[in-house]
Amino acid sequence: MELLHNFSFGPGGWGAALLAATLTTVAVAVCGFVIGGVIGALVAWAKLAERALLRFAADLYTTVLRSIPDLLVIYLFYFGGSLAVTQAVNFWGRDGFVGVPPFAAGAMAIGVVSGAYQAEVFRGAFRASSRGEIEAGKAVGMSGLLLFRRIIAPQVLRHALPGTGNVWQMVLKESALISVTGLVELLRQAQIAAGSTRKPFEFFLIAGAIFLAITWISQHVFSCFERRTGRYAAGGLY
Amino acid sequence: MDPFFIRDSFFQLLSGVPLTIELTVVGFLLGLVLAMLIALMRFSRSLPLRNAARSYVFVMRGTPLLVQMFLIYYGLGQFRPTFQSLGLWQFFREPYWCGILALSFNSAAYGSEVLRGALNSVSKREIEAARACGMSGVLLYRRIVLPIALRQALPAYGNELILMVKATSLVSTITMMEVTGIAARLISETYRPVEVFIAAGAIYFAINFLLTRAVSMLDWWLTPHFRGVPKSRQQERANV
Repeated sequence: MELLHNFSFGPGGWGAALLAATLTTVAVAVCGFVIGGVIGALVAWAKLAERALLRFAADLYTTVLRSIPDLLVIYLFYFGGSLAVTQAVNFWGRDGFVGVPPFAAGAMAIGVVSGAYQAEVFRGAFRASSRGEIEAGKAVGMSGLLLFRRIIAPQVLRHALPGTGNVWQMVLKESALISVTGLVELLRQAQIAAGSTRKPFEFFLIAGAIFLAITWISQHVFSCFERRTGRYAAGGLY
Repeated sequence: MDPFFIRDSFFQLLSGVPLTIELTVVGFLLGLVLAMLIALMRFSRSLPLRNAARSYVFVMRGTPLLVQMFLIYYGLGQFRPTFQSLGLWQFFREPYWCGILALSFNSAAYGSEVLRGALNSVSKREIEAARACGMSGVLLYRRIVLPIALRQALPAYGNELILMVKATSLVSTITMMEVTGIAARLISETYRPVEVFIAAGAIYFAINFLLTRAVSMLDWWLTPHFRGVPKSRQQERANV
């Protein structure tokens, strides 16, 4: 009974706090995922560019970020971001220390890391999309943004969907690392509750269960998307 | 940015490298053994065994490693009297063993999927041929299935090794002073995150670079049948 009381939504229960923390986890993961998607698209474009310098820079980015622990990147963005903001503020004549909000630092850090993985996914998807359709698009007079919006993006996104799903799962689990900056997401909230109730096992278990539920649901959502976008795909693997 | 400070922190961070490597190697090997067991369980004839392996993989891959580590290190502390009476408390008291346990349990789940794919890729014909020669059971696995499967799994398992190096950084959150732990301490002492990040990043990059090289060399050495005809042989053929 005492166990249930700990997770209840009433006074003295941690239910409401855990729910809020779950929403924070999802929010920070979604922000990081979107930032990573934008970075990934740009880096993939650089990887496929003609200019050797661009290709080199993009390759360097993906190789380096995929071999450095995410925790270090989070530290860099949290402490480094605060340092940069403080310096900027001091430059404009205000004294004192200004910290970066942990949410922003965490979302950026996750975005930058997942961007490296996303870039590889997009690059592979672009390779898999049909040359003929792009040429046909050009032949009817599309170019630049229109070609990208109408022909390239829909194909690339469809091919990228399975890989993107994997990156999302990774981002979601990585968001637990942001707890080191003090952002009250699911794991941090579990830590706080564990400290206050002296029941670490129950609270970390429930945090794990909530993470599991989120990954399970997103797995289903992604396979639903895959079925939907694969409707008109011609034969082959679909 | 101060290059001398980067150099100084680089040397300080180097003292954490042995622990990082030790955690990687021990966690990886233990994980490999477990992964092998789980992969074999997934091919077992008994349904409960298959389901147990599947649920294990589902749970371990669906939850963050950090949660698993906290559950083992902080969570199991709640059952201290039980562990003490079992004589296991020395083990679960140490962040080192809890870290290794979390790392290897987690890696086993991902690794078992790689091995499952590899075991699936062993062709039926080779197994039938082996059976026709009278091999079965352990002999069949030792001589035919495992050598083919492990060779098939190597490139993907190499990625697991890199992920393991990166994952060892999480033990810094349970008070271990490996490279990331020292980096975090240096950052909070000096408040120069960029320099420390560059130094620590260089160390991880170097470790991972060497490991990827080593894995691809091992892969090259294990797959002589994929290599082209050697130069000397080409000459011989031309002469004939």
